Amino acid sequence: MTEMREPIESGVPDHVQYLHPLMKKNYGNWKYHDRPRPGVLHHVAHGGDEIWTVRAGTQRQMDHYTIRKLCDIADNFAEGHVRFTIRSNIEFMVSAESKVAPLIEELNKNGFPVGGTGNSVSMISHTQGWLHCDIPGTDASGAVKALMDELIHEFTHEEMPNRVKLSTSCCEINCGGQADIAIVIQHTKPPKINHDLVANVCERPTVVARCPVAAIRPALVNGKPSLEIDEAKCVCCGACFPPCPPMQINDPEFSKFAIWVGGKNSNARIRPTFHKLVASGIPNNPPRWPEVSAVVKNILNVYKADAKPWERLSDWVERIGWPQFFEKTGLPFTKYHIDDWRGSRATLNASTHIRF
Amino acid sequence: MAKKQYDTPMLDQLESGPWPSFVTGLKRLAKDNDMMVDLLGQLETSYKTKKGYWKGGTVGVFGYGGGVIPRFTELKDEHEKPIFPDAAEFHTLRIMPPGGMHYTTDLLRKFCDVWEKHGSGLIALHGQSGDIMFQGATTANVQIAFDEFNEMGFDLGGAGPAVRTSMSCVGAARCEQSCFDEARAMRSTVNNFLDDMHRPALPYKFKFKFSGCANDCVNSIQRSDMAVIGTWRDSIQTDDALGKKWFAKHGMDELVNDVITRCPTKALSLKNTADVSKAEGISSVALNDSQSLQIENHNCVRCMHCVNVMTGALAPGKDKGATILIGGKSVLKIGATMGTVIVPFMKLESDEDFDALNELGQNAIDFFAENALEHERTGEMIDRIGLVNFLEGIGVEIDPSMVLHPRANPYIRTDGWDEEVEKAEQRKANAA
Ligand code: HEM
Ligand code: SF4
Ligand code: SF4
Ligand code: SF4
Ligand code: SF4
Repeated sequence: MTEMREPIESGVPDHVQYLHPLMKKNYGNWKYHDRPRPGVLHHVAHGGDEIWTVRAGTQRQMDHYTIRKLCDIADNFAEGHVRFTIRSNIEFMVSAESKVAPLIEELNKNGFPVGGTGNSVSMISHTQGWLHCDIPGTDASGAVKALMDELIHEFTHEEMPNRVKLSTSCCEINCGGQADIAIVIQHTKPPKINHDLVANVCERPTVVARCPVAAIRPALVNGKPSLEIDEAKCVCCGACFPPCPPMQINDPEFSKFAIWVGGKNSNARIRPTFHKLVASGIPNNPPRWPEVSAVVKNILNVYKADAKPWERLSDWVERIGWPQFFEKTGLPFTKYHIDDWRGSRATLNASTHIRF
Repeated sequence: MAKKQYDTPMLDQLESGPWPSFVTGLKRLAKDNDMMVDLLGQLETSYKTKKGYWKGGTVGVFGYGGGVIPRFTELKDEHEKPIFPDAAEFHTLRIMPPGGMHYTTDLLRKFCDVWEKHGSGLIALHGQSGDIMFQGATTANVQIAFDEFNEMGFDLGGAGPAVRTSMSCVGAARCEQSCFDEARAMRSTVNNFLDDMHRPALPYKFKFKFSGCANDCVNSIQRSDMAVIGTWRDSIQTDDALGKKWFAKHGMDELVNDVITRCPTKALSLKNTADVSKAEGISSVALNDSQSLQIENHNCVRCMHCVNVMTGALAPGKDKGATILIGGKSVLKIGATMGTVIVPFMKLESDEDFDALNELGQNAIDFFAENALEHERTGEMIDRIGLVNFLEGIGVEIDPSMVLHPRANPYIRTDGWDEEVEKAEQRKANAA
């Protein structure tokens, strides 16, 4: 047998070697910034150095030809240094304002929209879906592509009251994360169990322990050790599916989309908030998920028209109250919106504060 | 030239429209890459049936227990033969990027060369966990590709019950709000736990994230077990020239409605410059020749709002550092939880400061490893055992900044009260 190569356990590489020279020189020494136009940041250092950043949207899942094209643009129209935001936008840094316009033109010519800064709707933070995950109820990249096509104006303009972050998640684990508007799969039926496979594939105590509502118990089915679900208890979360794939939770018809709003991780103004359920039962309809886009666009339009400057979606709802949120968006308020999970009493209105 | 591509009428509909199309990219790759031809075949099938067809497994590189996400197709015919055999193995390498995700074009091209040769040519920049995801390698090629990345100075990230890949915001590299060297903190912390990353043996995943200020651009408070968020202790710094410039452009309406009334703790007020308080803890910025914005810094919670709106005119103070919060996580199993304050303030400047951060991380992970149940995150563990037990376990003293308000129920046995009062006095004396 050939000798195996020992890994060099080098960990995270040193970022300094990849920094734009002006970023290296002024590291930790920036004074302020402004935005000359959507998609462009202009930072000024204490010593007077200036740097311009042009931000463009990408498809995140990129073929090497696309990455090489972006590198060509960076070499020919910028200065060979780029970085990515956590929402998969690419940023090109240049040392002269005169380079900004030609760079934008070249990006647009090659199909990369410039924007995603300030009070815009930035790229959707998303996940793997059918392309690469082992538990998805839907696709990620496709849903994002379809929605960003519809939101392109809001990406390339800064017309929102404040920045808007979106996310999509193809199961309730919600890898896409908290967001102003989050689009998350919501299963509506308990898993269907393939009892022939459970004994071989699943470590039964582990699966039992995963269930948040203790709805799973070991059982003998057709003489074989398997698992059984108390369907009255089951909340259809899908947590049992990863450790036990025979507990099939995904269903082409009954796995729906839910929309959540008001998640915010920044501490600016009100404390960080988690997103809240506002709509569900939306069909999983590839390849362009039009029903999802319609709900999201409606919420965005109402927020855009009604919120005051600097109000994130959560700040806006805090001011107008949830009854008005449902009224203005036309979304129905149902019994499913009333929380009954642990700590839920703290979410009830223990006051006479009511808007009429 | 690769084999003929399948018809993909569903996916084709994702090629039109203004946003860059990943489908067009996949098809470009499929022109000379059989794996991509078959990947498109499987993905189109998913779009038709609304089902996923990947299953996990065990694939890794020599010496490590994690960092590769194995994917085997489950789309098989009646003889158990894969319907799309060239994509039957489609594994992902999670590779850790530099802090702030900075690259030179030279480096990105080298990544492309390796992945064109040994993988599918598909690269995600980046996964939500912060990795560069090199997607689509056969089992045989995983080691070969890793060796090349590793020789370039890159290493695998985390997967499974391990310390995971981390993220830090752009921060000091290009942001005036930065309160510490985020990328250095990230690198020194993660590289201190490489054994816990590469040989998964914790109860469950453990994530660190680093944001240079309370804007928390990498969402550390909701997505990491240990969030390091920049802040400052002294007064907001001010620049009169930029204050006047801002006011000339934006005017009184915006100052009142967008800045002053939006301060969550009412720490801002409009003053005649002559009347600005001279007391300790007050800073102010000029708006015009007669008026100023006054800041009561002892009542400012460093939320960043006014500093964001009036960038440059207002800026974080000079006595910078970080607040540490522990226990953030997503839904499973008790519902999403945010990190809560464990250390209200620590300096992050000297080597000793960074060592102290590492030590805190080490204590938190050691306690987590010993006390968490299997598949329990730190947030769930703290929920189960209570914050005080956790603090005692990691040797951190209590602080009123850790709570929103004191207990609102009497269900507590308090016969140790006098002793605890003594400890409180002692803490006060130590701090003075
Ligand atoms: C048993 C539970 C879980 C399973 C089986 C699971 C599985 C996965 C899988 C398969 C991926 C995709 C990796 C890839 O294909 O490259 C993934 C990504 C991810 N997971 Fe999990 N996960 C679980 C729990 C969680 C939880 C609780 C969180 C949040 C705290 C989480 C956060 C993430 C994130 C942020 C990503 C990255 C998504 C992306 O790359 O865009 N996961 N997970
Ligand atoms: S959200 Fe769920 S299905 Fe989607 S990538 Fe994450 S774990 Fe997989
Ligand atoms: S879907 Fe969720 S609630 Fe239902 S049995 Fe599985 S783990 Fe339990
Ligand atoms: S978290 Fe703060 S310091 Fe870091 S990039 Fe965002 S605004 Fe700048
Ligand atoms: S940073 Fe301080 S003064 Fe400014 S708005 Fe926030 S709490 Fe108020």
